[in-house]
Amino acid sequence: MLIECRDVCLAYENHIVVKGLSFTVDSGDYLCVIGENGSGKTTLMRALLGLKDVSGGSIEFRDGLKMHEIGYMPQQNGAQRNFPASVREIVLSGMTGRSGFGLFYSKHDKEEAVKCMERLGIYPLRDRSYRELSGGQQQRVLLARAACAAGRLLLLDEPASGLDELASEELYGLISEMNRKQGVAVIMVTHDVNRALRDATHILHLHKDETFFGDKESYAQCSVCSHHVHAGGCREEKCD
Amino acid sequence: MTEALNTLIDIFSLSFMVRAFVTGALISLCAALLGVNLVLKRYSMIGDGLSHVGFGALAAAAAMNAAPLKVAIPVVIITAILLLRLSESGVIKGDSAIAVVSSCALAFGVLVVSLTSTGVNLNSYMFGSIYAVSEDEMILSIVLTVSVVLLYAVFYNKMFAVTFDENFARATGMHAEVYNMISACLTAVTVVLGMRLVGSLLISSLIVFPPLIAIRLCSTYRKTVIVSAVSGVMCVSAGIIISFLIDAPASACIVLTSLAVYAAACIIKKLKGQVCRHRNG
Ligand SMILES: Nc1ncnc2c1ncn2[C@@H]1O[C@H](COP(=O)(O)OP(=O)(O)OP(=O)(O)O)[C@@H](O)[C@H]1O
Ligand SMILES: [Mg+2]
Repeated sequence: MLIECRDVCLAYENHIVVKGLSFTVDSGDYLCVIGENGSGKTTLMRALLGLKDVSGGSIEFRDGLKMHEIGYMPQQNGAQRNFPASVREIVLSGMTGRSGFGLFYSKHDKEEAVKCMERLGIYPLRDRSYRELSGGQQQRVLLARAACAAGRLLLLDEPASGLDELASEELYGLISEMNRKQGVAVIMVTHDVNRALRDATHILHLHKDETFFGDKESYAQCSVCSHHVHAGGCREEKCD
Repeated sequence: MTEALNTLIDIFSLSFMVRAFVTGALISLCAALLGVNLVLKRYSMIGDGLSHVGFGALAAAAAMNAAPLKVAIPVVIITAILLLRLSESGVIKGDSAIAVVSSCALAFGVLVVSLTSTGVNLNSYMFGSIYAVSEDEMILSIVLTVSVVLLYAVFYNKMFAVTFDENFARATGMHAEVYNMISACLTAVTVVLGMRLVGSLLISSLIVFPPLIAIRLCSTYRKTVIVSAVSGVMCVSAGIIISFLIDAPASACIVLTSLAVYAAACIIKKLKGQVCRHRNG
């Protein structure tokens, strides 16, 4: 087991976003987090990363999982779109957490970064400036950086938002390949429920009153949630 | 040619000019290096805010008959750390916090000056007096430069990671707050010393112009840092020489030289873009 969340409550000031949330992530799992806008998916990711304190319950790393073994791909916020940095510099920065107090990148770090870039098909872009890339290319760069940092766990917040169908298909393919071939556990936020059901092993569905956590087989049978799949994520009230 | 050389030799035979030059070059190097991260993180206004706080502190020091730098440096460092804390905790957005603090400090300074009527020339702190730089200030600026250059040379990779994406840096186990704290302190000292050079009203130009020039021209972070440092030192040196030649205030010459270089950078960028488009058909 890598992560255990018990009765977690997340809140901003006095506004509770998520409460009574319990779930676990094992190594090799692929957990998809779904839920409508504002249901607290990003908040949960930030809590898992220690960027936000929990207001109740506990999030524990098991099995000796360390912060620097986690890769993170944030939800696009556009803040760094104009940052003057080369693709290589950004991907390499995924290694800095791992190197602890080491100040410079080792040869191994550099080789690892090259491998990540090759895997994500951005090696030919390595000397290009990040701000001159297309949105989809930028997202690949951020994914490559996350992959560099991810020794055992990869956290992705809507990695395919803003990509066209082909590009997002490719990106999801790369993610599930990382999961299957390298055994990296994945926690991914997505709005693409059908895609989630195809690749994931487990589903976490955040909803105001009732959250669902389980493997995807039981999710498909769950009466509360199943219509989200068939009706493409329509609202509950209308579907009953 | 020989005439120009003679003028330069004349300039450097004056000891106050040498001090002005050395201090100016060093402080502008620090400001340009620290400025890269501040501008990229959208904290450009911090230099302005801190310099106003520095002004308030200097006014208070003059009123109390205390040594100006000994009061101003700690006060500005504390302010820088508080601003950092405030914007990290998200209580107030960074830029409005800076605006509030800076205008209050300025108001406080003005009030102290008018109520105490000390004979101290605070005008020099408003607009700088680069030719009156003291030995102490020059030594302090050497120490500062060594610290800033070491920070960038030794922690270069960490500085990049923290600037590009602080959340990611934290999430992957880096102590982003340590690097932020160190750069906040160094920025504070740079601002206080920079006030002597170009004055509290113009110090933010030392922090903002060189990174802007570099960001225009460069495609990688490494180049951006280097070009920023070089252009910062060049603008200040050129500004000081021009001010000496035409007998005008150094601070104004430095700022306007920077503006001219920035404009040149924009034009170069435009032309480059056109050449590329031409080549690609
Ligand atoms: N910094 C913040 N301060 C206060 N409230 C916040 C903050 N960030 C998010 N919230 C609130 O918390 C709730 C959950 O936000 P969150 O960003 O986690 O949603 P999300 O599930 O990721 O949505 P989306 O699908 O749009 O990305 C929202 O109601 C939002 O208004
Ligand atoms: Mg979100």
